[in-house]
Amino acid sequence: MLYASGRFLAARAATTLHAPPRARGPALRGKRRELQIPGHLETPSYDSLTGLRTRSSAPPARRVVLRKGRMPPAIGSSHAGSELRLRRGRCAPQASRAGGRDKVPQVAARSLKRPAWSSWRFETAGWWATLAVVTLLSFATRFHRLDQPAHICWDETHFGKMGSYYINRTFFFDVHPPLGKMLIGLAGYLTGYDGTFLFQKPGDSYEHHNYMGMRGFCAFLGSWLIPFAYLTVLDLSKSFPAALLTAALLTFDTGCLTLSQYILLDPILMFFIMAAMLSMVKYNSCANRPFSAPWWFWLSLTGINLAGALGVKFVGLFIILQVGLNTISDLWYLFGDLSLSLVTVGKHLTARILCLIVLPLVLYMTIFAVHVMILNKSGPGDGFFSSAFQARLSGNSLHNASVPEHLAYGSVITVKNLRMAIGYLHSHRHLYPEGIGALQQQVTTYLHKDYNNLWIIKKHNSNTDPLDPSFPVEFVRHGDIIRLEHKETTRNLHSHYHEAPLTRKHLQVTGYGINGTGDSNDFWRIEVVNRKFGNRIKVLRSRIRFIHLVTGCVLGSSGKILPKWGWEQLEVTCTPYLKETANSIWNIEEHINPKLPNISLDVLQPSFSEILLESHMVMIWGNNGLKPKDNEFTSKPWHWPINYQGLHFSGANDTDFRVYLLGNPVVWWLNLVSIALYLLSGSTIAIALQRGVQLPAELEGLTRVLLRGGGQLLLGWMLHYFPFFLMGRILYFHHYFPAMLFSTMLTGVLWDTLLRLCAWGLASSPLGSRIHVMGILSLLLATAYSFYLFHPLAYGMIGPLAQEPESPMAGLRWLESWDF
Amino acid sequence: MGSHSAGLEETLGVLPSLLFCKMLRFFKRPLVVTADINLNLVALTGLGLLTRLWQLCYPRAVVFDEVYYGQYISFYMKRMFFLDDSGPPFGHMLLALGGYLGGFDGNFLWNRIGAEYSSNVPVWSLRLLPALAGALSVPMSYQIVLELHFSHCTAMGAALLMLIENSLITQSRLMLLESLLIFFNLLAVLSYLKFFNSQKHSPFSPHWWLWLMLTGVSCSCAIGIKYMGIFTYLLVLSIAAVHAWNLIGDQTLSNICVFGHVIARAVALLVIPAFLYLLFFYVHLMLLYRSGPHDQIMSSAFQASLEGGLARITQGQPLEVAFGSQVTLRNVFGKPLPCWLHSHKNTYPMIYENGRGSSHQQQVTCYPFKDINNWWIIKDPGRHQLVVNNPPRPVRHGDIIQLVHGMTTRLLNTHDVAAPLSPHSQEVSCYIDYNISMPAQNLWKLDIVNRESSQDTWKTILSEVRFVHVNTSAVLKLSGAHLPDWGFRQLEVVGEKSRGPHESMAWNVEEHRYGTSQEQKERELELHSPTQVDISKNLSFMARFSEVQWKMLTLKNEDSEHKYSSTPLEWVTLDTNIAYWLHPRTSAQIHLLGNIVIWVSASLATVAYTLLFFWYLLRRRRSICDLPEDAWSHWVLAGALGTGGWALNYLPFFLMERTLFLYHYLPALTFQILLLPIVLQHVSDHLCRSQLQRNVFSALVVAWYSSACHVSNMLRPLTYGDTSLSPGELQALRWKDSWDILIRKY
Repeated sequence: MLYASGRFLAARAATTLHAPPRARGPALRGKRRELQIPGHLETPSYDSLTGLRTRSSAPPARRVVLRKGRMPPAIGSSHAGSELRLRRGRCAPQASRAGGRDKVPQVAARSLKRPAWSSWRFETAGWWATLAVVTLLSFATRFHRLDQPAHICWDETHFGKMGSYYINRTFFFDVHPPLGKMLIGLAGYLTGYDGTFLFQKPGDSYEHHNYMGMRGFCAFLGSWLIPFAYLTVLDLSKSFPAALLTAALLTFDTGCLTLSQYILLDPILMFFIMAAMLSMVKYNSCANRPFSAPWWFWLSLTGINLAGALGVKFVGLFIILQVGLNTISDLWYLFGDLSLSLVTVGKHLTARILCLIVLPLVLYMTIFAVHVMILNKSGPGDGFFSSAFQARLSGNSLHNASVPEHLAYGSVITVKNLRMAIGYLHSHRHLYPEGIGALQQQVTTYLHKDYNNLWIIKKHNSNTDPLDPSFPVEFVRHGDIIRLEHKETTRNLHSHYHEAPLTRKHLQVTGYGINGTGDSNDFWRIEVVNRKFGNRIKVLRSRIRFIHLVTGCVLGSSGKILPKWGWEQLEVTCTPYLKETANSIWNIEEHINPKLPNISLDVLQPSFSEILLESHMVMIWGNNGLKPKDNEFTSKPWHWPINYQGLHFSGANDTDFRVYLLGNPVVWWLNLVSIALYLLSGSTIAIALQRGVQLPAELEGLTRVLLRGGGQLLLGWMLHYFPFFLMGRILYFHHYFPAMLFSTMLTGVLWDTLLRLCAWGLASSPLGSRIHVMGILSLLLATAYSFYLFHPLAYGMIGPLAQEPESPMAGLRWLESWDF
Repeated sequence: MGSHSAGLEETLGVLPSLLFCKMLRFFKRPLVVTADINLNLVALTGLGLLTRLWQLCYPRAVVFDEVYYGQYISFYMKRMFFLDDSGPPFGHMLLALGGYLGGFDGNFLWNRIGAEYSSNVPVWSLRLLPALAGALSVPMSYQIVLELHFSHCTAMGAALLMLIENSLITQSRLMLLESLLIFFNLLAVLSYLKFFNSQKHSPFSPHWWLWLMLTGVSCSCAIGIKYMGIFTYLLVLSIAAVHAWNLIGDQTLSNICVFGHVIARAVALLVIPAFLYLLFFYVHLMLLYRSGPHDQIMSSAFQASLEGGLARITQGQPLEVAFGSQVTLRNVFGKPLPCWLHSHKNTYPMIYENGRGSSHQQQVTCYPFKDINNWWIIKDPGRHQLVVNNPPRPVRHGDIIQLVHGMTTRLLNTHDVAAPLSPHSQEVSCYIDYNISMPAQNLWKLDIVNRESSQDTWKTILSEVRFVHVNTSAVLKLSGAHLPDWGFRQLEVVGEKSRGPHESMAWNVEEHRYGTSQEQKERELELHSPTQVDISKNLSFMARFSEVQWKMLTLKNEDSEHKYSSTPLEWVTLDTNIAYWLHPRTSAQIHLLGNIVIWVSASLATVAYTLLFFWYLLRRRRSICDLPEDAWSHWVLAGALGTGGWALNYLPFFLMERTLFLYHYLPALTFQILLLPIVLQHVSDHLCRSQLQRNVFSALVVAWYSSACHVSNMLRPLTYGDTSLSPGELQALRWKDSWDILIRKY
């Protein structure tokens, strides 16, 4: 197959690309032709990015050459000025076929009419055939034993559950945007899963539930990664072996395989990332025909995929960044092209704003709109959101509720902290343990609704029952001195000069007194933020603060989780720092007062933009809250590229069916070596070019691929990897996989180019001509063999652990930290 | 300047007669000394010294963060080891140098802000170095602007703004590090510019080398004072990288020459800073050789390398742990607290609060204090004796051992019972035979983590070991949780199936002796007696350095709130201040408060620069050159320094999660101040089209500068704290509601 493909490549080079005739150029029909005309090579003319570097080759003629490059006869319809892109000569493969038809007569027809025609047909056939084989192989590996194991693996417990929530339309909270889970839910729904499975914990058997639809969907998307990578590399390097090598590395990587086989967000995320990358590369190569149909198609497809990537996980931001950088440099060169009028440049800019900013944004918001429309029932995530938000959810106590509008003495209320995910002011019949402040009743905040969240608002100086019908209703006003009595335990909200349990600089807040009788430390001044004194206090809408009368501190929640003795609820303190943070601002949520007329809460309905904003605040808060503990082993970003340690997807003991997420070490270590090699060779070439070294025409094509194409891939790898070093949240091995895709593509490009360089360097010796084919072949075989060795990691192993000599995986535990 | 170079001729091997002739000729000419004295510079230095040194001893009391730095100075004076996670030691050492020169003996209790200094504290010399650094920043900014090829007038403007900026004055008059940091930042920039400007005419001249080396040295000094210095270092590095890249592209130079240039830069800007950084730590560790208050945080080996403290206890212990050794085992990770493996007679409660059951065997915990119950005896499972043979049989990596608790003689055990607080891990207990179905599982395999070969012996203090349970392959680990009351709030120890090596699984022997007593009573007595014999342990400098450095970077400060802490957004608009000191009786007070006119106009200048820059850049891209090539390159370099320096010193704070204060903004502010007059000159030179416009503009600038002076003068009482204002005057100074000016109520 490879040999054939090599020929196809050569044929293409000879016909469609106007490759310069080589000095030693033998007859094109010669047997060794495929190796003598590397597929990369194109005329040196169509470079402008590297224009500075090509200066040395022919300084006086440069301008002319560039002009020629901008409007080559082969693609007459090309728009002037896109010299940047033209150095690729060809657009998408489809475009190449279209263009090729024109070129053939011009360039090669005179001497090679028949062979050119047949080789062109051969090329197309070969092109489709290899793509089909690659895709088929990819699908075959991903779908092989997809139903195994028939129990919940690893995070399927979360994402399967969330898929079920969509089917059941129950509201929940998650730290990722909704698209991935919505798609999982949709896949389940379409394949007949009814959302009744509980997804309680990993290892639970699926029994009769239909889980294959959801797994199949993820595997389907995961399978597309390989054709996408194949096409991307083909486009960047114009080299068939490079693309094939990339495809093989990815197909035979056990990590990618494992990650694609389960109900997870990662295959969906990676699908969108790769699709965005592919369409970006495609649209880059369409740059010679701006505003043509394919150009628009690829540009808007890039935007759509960006929205998809961001809609699955915030990691999608990195690919957005990459596309953004690419677009900026693109526009910069267009802008610098003086043959383009400013109007044209403006059109370019507008097109990109439309397709890469407006379109994704609209799609992203649509996703959210669908999300909030589907999830209209109250569920486990309510407490994370504000009162207004909850009023939307049917089944929630605030839904279609009606409450008295203004706060009055004697009302029974719940008090909610304004910061997301802090919860309600809460107390219960447990005391602070000895040694932690005064031995009084605990006051905490609690995220869930509970009768212990109820407080009665009373006057500070009288204990008469304000609900007595003989008294007139008296409203609470801004600046009043009040007392908050806990309804269940009849203790007053109290603070004093003792340090708070966790935040040592704040004061402790307790429940104190019996039947509402306490001391002067129970008095609080109620204030509405940014309002005048004397105003009434509105339920839900007034933002209020409680200021302790004696010490002058402000009631707040630190957001820290109390230890076991506090039931892992959140700490409530009285902070002496009078700064206005959301932690110390509260609102009244539930409000019961039989003496007052109720009003409907429909006025509360938040607008869509408010919903959007709040959801994102809560998600960001949730992400930041995922902090690792000190004494736990956590995965560090530097572990990842060296494949230091995997993840148990299923089982850990020797009797279990074990699936272990671990990269194929051969592939991963090759990637690692390749990055180092790339940096070395790339910087050497860059310095050589900067020093004005004149490269032979053949090498120029190779170096361009290495610097431009490889550079884009390296940038992708860096953007998807380095930000993790800055993240404080808990990290897992699987976070590396998007970066790994880029790194694998880089490996493909690098080795192909290096081997071609070797072949060029050794051209005189007989070895030279074969080194490229041999090199690529041996890499392919080595990868395939390593996959044969390590495939049980992905498809599941039973039996003794690898350290036992009788294990089927014996001898494969190359690192002590691997645990399978 | 007169030249005395005649002596040099000799080395060239010229004939003595010729030399004589030359000397004669030399004496024929008169000795002339010509000196260029830039009176601007002299005046600026003088003014700088005046503003910074005036009444330096006042107030004779601890002001704000002096309370921290003073402590460290005292530790240096007393040579006691301490660990400060806020930055590397060079800045502390500079402050301590002041104390050393002033003859400070370190005896002062730095316990609260506002405490009066006793007579033995040389306040003047302690505050002298920061003040000098602050004073010299003024003429240096003058020179920087000159080196950027802008006019003397502009340079004077920059220096005068530095001179009257209240926050810089306040910060440099106290024992604080920011002014030193700013000084070295500016020095690095200045010397790089001098180096760069001499590049064209005289590469590889002594002058060129001097400035190049000085760049590297001052960069590392800045980093050595505060980690923030890295930002300026990055700025200089990236500018140097761009310049070097252009140099590589210069095809008039030979390859050798380019190579020489690159190597020289690499040595000066990469190797020297790294070397100096190590040197700071070397001196720091040389100076602090006594044990101090932060010993507990450090590893046993580190503690043993300090005089006093643990070294006194462990001095003369046998090195190799043998079967029969009595040891205490310290957890290497030591978080949340440094602690030792411990057991006591109490057992785990039969039923926990949440209804789970336990093995009801003897508790094993980690205890943060030295205690008799921390002693364990290493036993060979094959033998019964608990004494060391003669000769001792050392324990090696991979050996199977049992651990006997010294006071209760029970064996360390773990089994498939959920641990009290970490249910996914195994409970660790000291085994009690209750005649129930649970057999003893008390065999442990010794795994030396930092071994050099598989035959390594277990060494006191130096070896970090893991105990791998033979039956379940669980590893003995400190879980980090505190046990409830029944466990006396000691730390929980569990057996965890290894998910990867973690320091909380590693233990090291701290105290050690060879057991000799056969009987339990005798042994208990022996455990109570102090250890004997003698081998000293010396840790290499690199090991000590890496440990200190690692601890500095990973130490977490829990306190995240301070009355005067602020967020980066509040800095640009000066929405916050810090009250540094209040006179105990009057209302004289010192605040860190900037000159609002300068702050606002500096920020505006940065915005103006950025807009103008992009405007020019876009137009140049369309081949419209508004500025001549020369002016453009100066404009770009000035902006790269000014805006780049500001952005690099400011923006990273948005990513930081620590407590931030207004003074963190000062280095960024200096870069903005440098840029401000440059933008003004640019406006006057290139944007004002007629002479009239130029004159009007100059008049405006003068008016603006006088208003800055006026504001500076109004805030002077809060900067120097020398005059006591009335409450009304103080109230009048509170221009922003967010400013926290202290007004006495009486």
